[in-house]
Amino acid sequence: MKAILRLKEVSVSYTPGKNAVDKVTTDIYPNTITAIMGPSGCGKSTLLRAINRMHDLYANVQTTGEIILKGRNVLEMDPMEVRRMAGMVFQQPNPFPTMSIYDNVLAGYTLNGIRLGKNEKEEIVEQSLQSVALWDEVKDVMTKRGSFLSGGQQQRLCIARTLALKPEVLLMDEPTSALDPISTNKIEELLLQLKQQFTIIIVTHNMSQAARISDNAMFMYLGELVEHGNTTQMFTKPRNKRTEEYLTGVFG
Amino acid sequence: MNKDSIFRFLLSTAALLVLLFTAGIIYALVSRSTEAFQEYGVWGFVGNAEWDPRSATEEYGALSFILGTLYTSFFALLLCIPFSLAVALFNGEYYKGKKISSAVRSIVDLLAGIPSIVYGLWGFYTLRPLVIALGVSAQGFGIFLSSVVLAIMIIPYASSLSSEFLSMVPNNLKEGAYSLGATQIEVVQYISLPSAGSGIVASYILALGRALGETMAVTMLIGNTNRIPRGLSDTGNTMASVIANQFGEADGLKLSSLIAIGLLLFIITAVINLIAKLIMKKISLI
Repeated sequence: MKAILRLKEVSVSYTPGKNAVDKVTTDIYPNTITAIMGPSGCGKSTLLRAINRMHDLYANVQTTGEIILKGRNVLEMDPMEVRRMAGMVFQQPNPFPTMSIYDNVLAGYTLNGIRLGKNEKEEIVEQSLQSVALWDEVKDVMTKRGSFLSGGQQQRLCIARTLALKPEVLLMDEPTSALDPISTNKIEELLLQLKQQFTIIIVTHNMSQAARISDNAMFMYLGELVEHGNTTQMFTKPRNKRTEEYLTGVFG
Repeated sequence: MNKDSIFRFLLSTAALLVLLFTAGIIYALVSRSTEAFQEYGVWGFVGNAEWDPRSATEEYGALSFILGTLYTSFFALLLCIPFSLAVALFNGEYYKGKKISSAVRSIVDLLAGIPSIVYGLWGFYTLRPLVIALGVSAQGFGIFLSSVVLAIMIIPYASSLSSEFLSMVPNNLKEGAYSLGATQIEVVQYISLPSAGSGIVASYILALGRALGETMAVTMLIGNTNRIPRGLSDTGNTMASVIANQFGEADGLKLSSLIAIGLLLFIITAVINLIAKLIMKKISLI
């Protein structure tokens, strides 16, 4: 199988000379869920945000190495194009409060200045909301503001908004950490379905979540990628001592 | 009495005195304007554009000045919008938290500290010849000149509050938009401005409130004619400027009419400020 995303010696630094992510090299395969685990401050979110060039938004953040998405180096592409190819879901659900549910789903198109016909819009909205299992719950309240939904519904709306742009990979930064267990469960089920069409990379500090949903797992510590492999194997027979200590709760 | 209760007593007395001052001002305005309102009726006074102090044909109405005030203030507001919005976006969005933004902020705040009479002088000696040279009006004085100076005077009020509201737009909303491939201008257009929208509107309403009551500079620049201005290049008088110009030589019905204009101005600015406060209160509740 051919990797959809290849990281080669990727380093990110917030202050010169000090790498928050240090020379991470690994491959991500299509239609898998990869969980990035590790203690707070280990650089997992920083690595995730390097993939869709979110670090460009802030001065003084340096990303080096190569991030090859579908054969092209992300660091040499137009960041706007990168971000359309690599959708991101955040920790805190962030539907746009000034837009209706309908407009939230289409926000990616509006924000990129892409005009769609009415039929096309209806189709994208229904399809995207269906794929996050939100359609039945909101189809009669499309004109209401996105912020009127529950936390879990808001997060699914944000996923739908990302899916509407038909990205290659879905980057999720602790997407359930602000949600209750039932909503978390729903999102996890959703991700298992979505991996049939998308490649998902999820940052989580919830180990049981990683065990439940991911095919592969990456363990990061102090900016370095300590171990990356099959999730079951990593949880049962970790190759590295640090990984084992983390998974068994010696530190975290 | 112990220290606590003495302090409490002093505080309540001071607060009560402020209330009494306010009540006293309103009482004085109302009682001394009654003569004019009794003579013409409230709507007769408000709706009449005649202002004739000659004793044989004495007649007073506020309409010319109400319209003069509205013309200058709204035109000033219109002129101030592009500049204050630019400053607000510069400080609250594009250079938020940067050194250059606090420098710009200090300079703009400096504008707010310039005394009105200084603006008047500058308008009189620097802008007026320019207005004449541009051919807007022969004398230079008038609605146009006053509005330009007013616009500059209210830029700091409009821009500092709106940049405050812009910088309050949650970062996770902006990141959400960027993550969908938006450019900065698209984030401003679709996320920041709509989110800060009602706050920005409230800042402009407050700025309008300042423009309505501004007296000294306008009195020096508007040309002081007691009729409805026929256009931007025409001279006129605002409610504040007619009072400033004529109170010294007024008595009887004329004085009462001037005070009535003062009362009307007080009511208009109070209502404008109330509207702005209500909008801002509604935002903070979200």
